[in-house]
Amino acid sequence: MAWRIEVGLKKGVRDARGERVRREIAEHLGIHLKEVRTIDVYTVDANLTAEQIEAAANGPFSDPVIQEVAINKPLAVDFDMLVEVGYRPGVTDNVGRTAGEALQYLTGRHLVADEGVYTSVQYLLKGQLDRDVTERIASGFLGNGLIQRWDIISAGEFDNSKGVPVSVPKVVSTAEPKVQQIDLAVADDELLRISRDGVLALNLEEMQELQRFAANPATAAERAKVGLGASLTDVELEALAQTWSEHCKHKIFAAKIDYDDGQGNSETIDSLFKTYIVGATRTIRKAMGDKDICLSVFKDNAGVIRFNNEWSLVFKVETHNSPSALDPYGGALTGIVGCNRDPFGTGMGARLMFNTDVFCFASPFYAHPLPPRLLHPRRIFEGVVEGVEHGGNKSGIPTVNGSIVFDDRFAGKPLVYCGTAALMPATLHGQPGHVKKALPGDRIVMTGGRIGKDGIHGATFSSEELHEGSPATAVQIGDPITQRRMFDFLLIARDLGLYRSITDNGAGGLSSSVGEMAEDTGGFEMHLDRAPLKYAGLQPWEILISEAQERMTLAVQPEKIAEFLDLARQMDVDATDLGEFTDSGYYHCLYAGKTVCYLPMDFIHEGVPQLKLKARWEDRGHQEPEIAQPLDMSATLHNLLARLNICSKESVVRRYDHEVQGATVLKPLVGVENDGPADAPMIRPLPDSFEGVVVAHGICPRYSDIDTYHMMACAIDEGLRNYVSVGGNIDHVAGLDNFCWCDPVQSDRTPDGEFKAAQLVRANKALYEYCVAFGVPLVSGKDSMKNDYQIGDTKISIPPTVLFSVIGKTEDIRKGVTMDIKRSGDLVYLLGMTFDELGASEYYDMLGHLGANVPKVDAVTALQRYRTLNRAQEQGLIASCHDLSDGGLAVALAEKAFAGGFGVHADLRKVKREEGMREDALLFSESQSRLLVTVRPAMQEAFESLFESQDISLLGEVTEDREVRIIGLQGEVLVRSTIDDLKEAWQSPLREM
Amino acid sequence: MSKQVKAIVIAGNGTNCERETAHAIRLAGAEVVDIVHISELLAGRVCLSDYHFLNLAGGFLDGDDLGSAKAGANRLLHAPVAGSGEHLSDHLRQFIADGKLIMGVCNGFQLMVKMGLLPDLDGELRQSATLTFNDNGRFEDRWVYLKADAESPCIFTRGLDGVYLPVRHGEGKLVAESEQVLADLESRHLSVLKYSTKDFSPTMEYPANPNGSLAAIAGLCDETGRLFGLMPHPEAYVHRTQHPRWTREDDLPEDGMGLWLYQNAVKFIREELL
Repeated sequence: MAWRIEVGLKKGVRDARGERVRREIAEHLGIHLKEVRTIDVYTVDANLTAEQIEAAANGPFSDPVIQEVAINKPLAVDFDMLVEVGYRPGVTDNVGRTAGEALQYLTGRHLVADEGVYTSVQYLLKGQLDRDVTERIASGFLGNGLIQRWDIISAGEFDNSKGVPVSVPKVVSTAEPKVQQIDLAVADDELLRISRDGVLALNLEEMQELQRFAANPATAAERAKVGLGASLTDVELEALAQTWSEHCKHKIFAAKIDYDDGQGNSETIDSLFKTYIVGATRTIRKAMGDKDICLSVFKDNAGVIRFNNEWSLVFKVETHNSPSALDPYGGALTGIVGCNRDPFGTGMGARLMFNTDVFCFASPFYAHPLPPRLLHPRRIFEGVVEGVEHGGNKSGIPTVNGSIVFDDRFAGKPLVYCGTAALMPATLHGQPGHVKKALPGDRIVMTGGRIGKDGIHGATFSSEELHEGSPATAVQIGDPITQRRMFDFLLIARDLGLYRSITDNGAGGLSSSVGEMAEDTGGFEMHLDRAPLKYAGLQPWEILISEAQERMTLAVQPEKIAEFLDLARQMDVDATDLGEFTDSGYYHCLYAGKTVCYLPMDFIHEGVPQLKLKARWEDRGHQEPEIAQPLDMSATLHNLLARLNICSKESVVRRYDHEVQGATVLKPLVGVENDGPADAPMIRPLPDSFEGVVVAHGICPRYSDIDTYHMMACAIDEGLRNYVSVGGNIDHVAGLDNFCWCDPVQSDRTPDGEFKAAQLVRANKALYEYCVAFGVPLVSGKDSMKNDYQIGDTKISIPPTVLFSVIGKTEDIRKGVTMDIKRSGDLVYLLGMTFDELGASEYYDMLGHLGANVPKVDAVTALQRYRTLNRAQEQGLIASCHDLSDGGLAVALAEKAFAGGFGVHADLRKVKREEGMREDALLFSESQSRLLVTVRPAMQEAFESLFESQDISLLGEVTEDREVRIIGLQGEVLVRSTIDDLKEAWQSPLREM
Repeated sequence: MSKQVKAIVIAGNGTNCERETAHAIRLAGAEVVDIVHISELLAGRVCLSDYHFLNLAGGFLDGDDLGSAKAGANRLLHAPVAGSGEHLSDHLRQFIADGKLIMGVCNGFQLMVKMGLLPDLDGELRQSATLTFNDNGRFEDRWVYLKADAESPCIFTRGLDGVYLPVRHGEGKLVAESEQVLADLESRHLSVLKYSTKDFSPTMEYPANPNGSLAAIAGLCDETGRLFGLMPHPEAYVHRTQHPRWTREDDLPEDGMGLWLYQNAVKFIREELL
């Protein structure tokens, strides 16, 4: 039978969670409640005695000091409305899983297949509430209908003797496993219907390719030998659709593109990826010669570069946009723990070192009506931040770097970039740690979580297709603890030499992980019925492509399999032998001994036809606005500091553990009060060495509104200048590109597809040219190409956005530099030239203009500057260094001053600049490759001689008076403000988020 | 061999800080520091009695899913050790009875409190206090000043006036079962570390007191002074470059303040237990 255990706080104990919920309901929904209290509910569906339940309720399920419990009766009293929120069947319930394990320790027996513990939270609301308002609170804040269900009971309806009715969200499925045959010998319309109805996302040309394959008599003859008919099975069709998906095959980046530059020149590009991304790295590696830092690029789950003779650095950045739009918390949590598996599954496996995260949201204060099915940006913000918080903190991985970019077009699709870096032994058992290879005869082993219907077909489902009793397949919730246990186990197994290859189960599940690993051997034979399931009722094709989380796939040599499985058992990790890698040439799956999938390896991996795209650039005739210079420049600076893209994100940064592992020697928050905005963090991964890792990023989607070429160039430069600002070595750094685009394929739904494709081409050209110019090899990356919202007549496309992440090395962390000014009397220098480049700046955006003069990057002078800065850092000449980005010189000066707790006096007449610039342009231009440094007077000579013949400007000095004072071109005081006022303007906008 | 200080750091099920904790103990001079996965203890392959110093490191045991460290406490209390007919909790009691040292940091402190190891006012290992949600309902990473009670029996804080360390938790607010428990904690000097202002006076003001903890309590010891737990992370500040302002404060010593706590432990073991 099912027991209901309610756990509430004793009288007089502060309900901090309830108070936070009350506060957030007011902030999110504008509904002001008198009080919110919370009760945790455990529904135990297991054959246990009353004594056992009693022991659990008063033992692991409650805290005797502050909580009280009730079994099968309610605790709720003194409320106006009660809302109880629980998960829908099949949704990952981490607390329920832990509660089940606690019962096992308590009772000495494992829960059996049909038993389970399900959790829900009861909210007791007091205030002016009717059912409609309560429903709005439930659906708009407390729960997400996609994954959760709720009961609403008013005080009047509530039965004190019974409470909330027991509900057990168990997955009930009576479906028998069955394999369908799909006849592809049909007309084109029917082919497209099969693709659409099956959520296969294959176009006509691709479906025709499958049709030809099935119709080939040679195929039929081979299939007959294993007992298959000529028609493809649903298992095969799903495996092909997954493998050939945009997500897995990157068809747009692999497409043949006819590009017209709008000025009469045209060219054909055979794969953006091969031409520009792989091409750049190839050129750079050749130029680096024996100084090449790349070890493994593009071929594995993450890129690998050299750190020192003993260790290598692994880095990957992923996006998880669509799932985060549907369920921000689960989507982001899955995003980060999913990204963790990439470096972990690179080479022979690597220990995770830190996370990075970058989000693109619409304003949390968005006040326009939202189109249907979009969550309010505030809710997305809160959910995503919390998801990444739980994913990183619980996994014991510090989140060291990130940013949040605001643009209201991200209401259509938020972007959630999650990155993870890891440290890998340079050699392992006598082989390079980044090399792995499965051999024929090796066992196929899956470890970690079990398989459910989670994430089948990714997030293409809509909520209408979910119904009571059916598992939620659209979104997943990550489980950091199951993953952490698996990682603990696998690192031991790695060091014991218990496997030959490892990869993660992400998109495409087993289909993708086993299929790709089998390219080493040329085939595999896998028994789908052996895979451990979360619940009965999965079809063979679902087992193959489920994206259920926390799973790794390994190739285990047959002589080690017993030891491997034994160690897993001892460490409480699920590990299952699913079959073997072969050299048969076939992608071969069986269910209950019968072949259900039999596809030639070369067809599934190489058979997808190349996409063809047209791209046409057009000059959109951007103009500079004609505006008067603001009269009060101090007020303008205050307003800029309070802009969402510039203001402090401290409230978010503090929610991430950025110091676990004890290696974060430059933290995200720096300065006299530990609250200034660091340019980049520095990590000391080895406690017995002073070598360090620096990670940084650049992202500037606003510039795409003028030209994606310069957007890309600026993102690269921004990433590198943040990196060098703290002391990263410009000659030991690698890049990762993460493209998030709006659909660039011309169609009725996307009439401007050719232009968007041209934007993509231009960004790639800049990527190639600037990476080569800076000598920064690309080692990994990812693209997400369909970031549009379209329902009815409403279409929202995100601005084309590239996150450019960099990772590299510093020889000595003790030479690290932070952005805060250090002492009065220090000299303030600006490195680099300032141009009239206000196009797409924060300043123009604040005034409602776009402009035309987008910032441009001069890589040659920039590289020379960055190298010289590195030398100045090595010699200890730099007291502080801060990059100039959004808001330009004025914002950077203010940030340096209030972070350091000193004033700054600076003179605009000293700024090396383009002729004829106005003061507002000098203050707020976002010209690239510029840095502001402070230097001790005693170091002036050494510093200036290092930078001899470069563009540097001595602007002024650091002062005791806690005032930022900027002198204008006529010698007048243009800006004058205390650092406390500037800091308040900068801190207040998101302080309470 | 008998002159070696031996420390164990337990890992597994969401413990996260085992490696930096082991590093801190090594720096403090312990000769043997083993990171041991809990499955090794439960399998009976490693025995607690071989060590002098047990470390329960920070992390999120079982995700803190049932409340911080609750599920972890349940495991330690009820999990049997294979082949011995005993429970891990029996070994733990013996370890304490032998006068050895236990230090719990953050999640490890939560674990000690929820198992009744701290403050253990009546010697019965009964839970009499708890650590629950911060007053602001949020996880936070920030550095705090901590005033040490000079009259405390705590062997870890001997000779210290105060320390500066990071907190990184969402459930660090100490709540006592009764007024009497609090009175006992204070009168017996068991509330050994308190959240303080920069000049080391205890405070209830956020953010210097990051969680609203009762009487600003950040760390507790038992009456022997050998069992000690604290929410802040001493293992996170063992070297100058871990201080958040090391790039601007030129007079910081090479060793971090957190190291002092481990050095005291190792010194005590060397003098009293070897």
